[in-house]
Formats: sequence, structure tokens, C-alpha cells
Amino acid sequence: MTQPVFWALVGMALVVIGLYGLIVHAHLLRKILALNVISSGVFLVFIALARRAPRDGAAISPGPDPVPQAMVLTGIVVAVAATGLAVALIVRLRAMTGRTTLGDEADN
Amino acid sequence: MALAPSSIEWALAVVFLPLAGALLCFLAPRRAAALGLTIAALTAASTLGLTLEVVVAGTQRTVLGGWGAPLGIVWLADGLSVTLMAMTAAVGVAVSVYAAAYFRDEHTERAFFWPLWLLLWTALNALFLSADLFNLYVTLELMGFAAASLTALGGSAAAVSGAIRYLLVSVLGSLFYLLGVALIYHACGTVDIALVAACIGDAPRPAVQAAVGVMFAGLMLKTALFPFHFWLPPAHGSAPAPVSAVLSALVVKASFYLLLRLWIDVLGGGGRWLAELLGLLGAAAVIWGSVLALRQERLKLLIAYSTVAQIGYFFMAFPLALAGDSAAWTGALYLALAHGLAKAAMFLTAGNLMRFGGHDRIAELDRAVHRLPLTLTAFTLAGVSIMGLPPSGGFIGKWLMLEAAFRQERFGLAVVMLLGGALAAAYVFKVVGHAFTPAVRSRRERKIPAAMEWSALLLAVVAILLGLTLPMIWPLLQIGGPAAALSAAGAATGAVA
Repeated sequence: MTQPVFWALVGMALVVIGLYGLIVHAHLLRKILALNVISSGVFLVFIALARRAPRDGAAISPGPDPVPQAMVLTGIVVAVAATGLAVALIVRLRAMTGRTTLGDEADN
Repeated sequence: MALAPSSIEWALAVVFLPLAGALLCFLAPRRAAALGLTIAALTAASTLGLTLEVVVAGTQRTVLGGWGAPLGIVWLADGLSVTLMAMTAAVGVAVSVYAAAYFRDEHTERAFFWPLWLLLWTALNALFLSADLFNLYVTLELMGFAAASLTALGGSAAAVSGAIRYLLVSVLGSLFYLLGVALIYHACGTVDIALVAACIGDAPRPAVQAAVGVMFAGLMLKTALFPFHFWLPPAHGSAPAPVSAVLSALVVKASFYLLLRLWIDVLGGGGRWLAELLGLLGAAAVIWGSVLALRQERLKLLIAYSTVAQIGYFFMAFPLALAGDSAAWTGALYLALAHGLAKAAMFLTAGNLMRFGGHDRIAELDRAVHRLPLTLTAFTLAGVSIMGLPPSGGFIGKWLMLEAAFRQERFGLAVVMLLGGALAAAYVFKVVGHAFTPAVRSRRERKIPAAMEWSALLLAVVAILLGLTLPMIWPLLQIGGPAAALSAAGAATGAVA
């Protein structure tokens, strides 16, 4: 197993673990953490599998490819913003209802 | 394209005007409504300028900062993108006029509505213009954040938890999409749509298949296709009326547009099994959404479930387009346009009824038809388009798809479409019927500003008129990239599958 494939598999494992956490945990903070684990996994896959010139015949370009690193940096900024927004909303929900889980709001 | 001083770069204007407006409204919350209305008018005018430019001169390319693909960002305005931007502008202007009246006395909500709404408009236009997969991811996230924040605007516990659920789903969908982008970058070494489309045939198949799988899963989640629709009714049902209107009319269309771009431009028509699966889920969405809409007791939830049903129709075009029938795509796009206008009008009328009676329980509409005749006219006209009765835009879209279904002898799909129309008629008449009957006890009433009634009515009228403008919109949809692809997509599908 080559190194990029290994790290890509680790990234996929993180995505799966995060998805599991997102589905089974009711506490909203855990859901946010699970989303962050998923995004770390996606970023890892992105970086690990990147190669610049696929048509040159070489399976993996010799040096690291800076383009996906720049993209992942953007992705990290987006993930931070999402986490901040979600935490702010959760704090608000807790202040109003005292709950930190998503309940059934049908009666409201 | 260099920035020529003599000509105006409309493509830059449609994105940077609302962005500048959002910042200005944030800085000057007291003048937010006046500023927001001005910016909305200017953005709509720029959209018109861009549309005319595309009609006259064909597809427009804008290379941001002079940095071209594959490293820089390229914006592409073709027929499909300007049509959706024009729909966004029509809904945007009406919603802006409505919101100026709706939030007149609510200072906090007004201060937050305008920056977020203009930011949402920015993200939508940028998404429709983007021509590379990563830029599309960024605009998708911008749209999701603005939409989730708008959902929470009402401030109630239901609104906040609807917003949290929406944000979680939106971020998860975008991450799946990004995973697909990573795999495509691995296969092709670029994210520019044209370059990816050129290389995807030679790329390693497992990587491409995995990429398509995760991207479609993520975007289906964001488009709220059955069975991923669970987050839509609570989010759309608990937001203030102008917000529900833009969420239902515009935001779900954006992720559907992205699916369509991937399918047509990147994949050149995907696999047969995927198309059939999408069609099946679409058919299930039409039935399930309509039945649940019929069972709702609150108007806004009824309209939200109707959106779930209408989304189903768009996806039923995938199997129909397999055989090279480009009329199916035109039909689905027409339905998407008509649904955008009609659904926005419906949510705005729901806002009027809610403001008027203080509630949106359908059974207690209490002769609303006598007291708010304009609003009920708007609701019924929008309902005509949702049902797909002539001469509305919804009728043309459904007719084109039905024709394609009969031509290909796909009677199952045709039956679902007709049944969906009948169910839609049932839930629209359920509301209209209760609007004629007096309630057991009468309640307090509030005056509705004229702007709120007229903006809803105008949108509904435009949704009806859309049915008469097919000769103008059909050629527009054919301009540029998807033109050849729209008709070639189906033909190529057999080979790919």
C-alpha cells in the first residue's frame, strides 16, 4: 500500500466514524464535533490523493501539490465558520429551552 | 476578458452589488430597508443587463482578476445560469418589497434580515455563475450559512432548532460534495468544469464512480429529495414568511441546478441505474410529499410539504432524459422556474394570512377570501401553477415532461405526474375551501400593508404568465454550454452506462 492510499483510507475512516457519531449522538455539541471529524477526513483525502499531472503517466507527482492545500485551507475556514455559527445557535437554544438536543417542535 | 471601461461587466455587478449591499446594511441597520430595496433594484437591473447580453452575444466568460483556469476563477454565464438568475431576481425584488413592509415594526429582525438576505442573493448568483467545482463548493457553503441564519431569524425555539437541523444537514451535504471534488481532483488534476469534462472519460472509473456517488448523495440531501426531506418542513415552516419564500423558491433550486450541471456538463449524462434511482425517488417524493401536504393542519407546513412534492418532479426528468429527450430537461427547468415564482407567492400569502389572523391554522381561515381578496387571489393563482393547470408555467413544464413520458412509453412516471397534479389540486382547494367558510369563533385582525398583498399577487401573476412565454425562454435555455450538451447528454448516456 502506497503512502497516499494509506492516508486516503485513514481519511475515509474518519469520514465514516464522523458520520456514525453524527447519526447516533443526540447531543448537539457531539454532532458538531462529528461534523468536524468528517471534515478532517475529507481534507485528509483531498491532500493525500492530490496529484498535479495525471496524464503524464506518473501515478504520483514528485512534490506536494500546492493547489489542494490552498483549497483545504479554504475548507478549514469554512468549517470554522460553520462550527462557530452552529455553537452560537446551540447556546441560544439552550438559553431558551434548557435543551441541547433537537426535540420535536411540532407543538410550537 | 479585460475590464473595458466602455462596457459594464454585468457578471461582476450581479455578485458584488448585493455583497456590497449586505455589508452596507450591516453597517447601517437603521437605513437597512431603504438601502436593501435600492440594492435589490440595482441587482435586478444588472441581472436583466446580463440576460440581454447573453441573449445578444451568447455565453459570457469573466476571468476574475485576469487569472484564467485552471488556477484562477472563471465565471460563465450561459442560458441556463441567466435563466435561474432572472428567476432569482424576480423573486428577489418581490420578496424585498414584501420584507420592507413585513419587518417595518420589528427592528432587530429588520437589522439582521437585510444583510443576510443580500448575502444569500450574492451566494446564489455566484453559484449560478461559477464554472469550477471548488468555487461551487464555496458558494454552496455561503448559501447554506446565509440560509441557516435566516431560518433562525424568527427567534423562537422552533426556529432556532429548525436552523440547527438545517445547518447540520447543509454542512454534511457540502462535505460530501467536497469529498467528491477531492476524488475528481485526484482523477483529473483540475476542478474546472470544462477541463474535468474533457478528462473524465479517461479517468480511473472507480474514483469517478465514487465521486459521483458522494456528490449526488450530498446534493440530494441539500435539495431535500425524498427520503432526505426530513429537515425541510421544520426549517421552511418556522421561518418568517419572506425567508420561507426565498428558502423554498431559490435555495433548493440552487443545489438542483448544481446536480444538473454535474449531470450534463461534467458527466455528459450519468449512468442508467443512477438516473432510474433518481427518477424513482422523485416519484416517491411526489406522492409522499403531496399526501403529507394534504394531511397538514397548518398552512406553512402544507406549503413546505408541497415543495417536497414539487422537488420530486425535477428528478423525474433524469430517467426521461436518458433516451436523448431534451424536452424532459426543458420541462423540468420550466417546472423549477414556475415553482420558484409560485411557491414564493404562496409563502408570502401565508405570511399575510398569519399576520392578519395571528395564526396559520387552515381550519380557522374564517372567510379570509372576503377580507383579504388580493391575498387569496394570489394564493389561488399560485396554486393553479403548482397544480399544473393551463396556461401557467407549471402546466408547460408538466406537459413537456408528460409528453416525453408518453413518447417513451414510461406510463408509470406519467401516472405519478398526473396523480401528483390531482393531489396538488386537493391540497390547494382544501385551503381555498376553508378560506370561504366562517370559523367557529372570530379572532382579532391586523391590517395588512398593500405592499405585502401586491408583491405576492404580482409573483403569482408572473408564474401564470410564464406559461405564455415559452417561445422566449426555450431559446434562452439553449444558449451556451448546455445547449449542445442538453440534447447530446441523453444520446451519450447509453454509451456511458
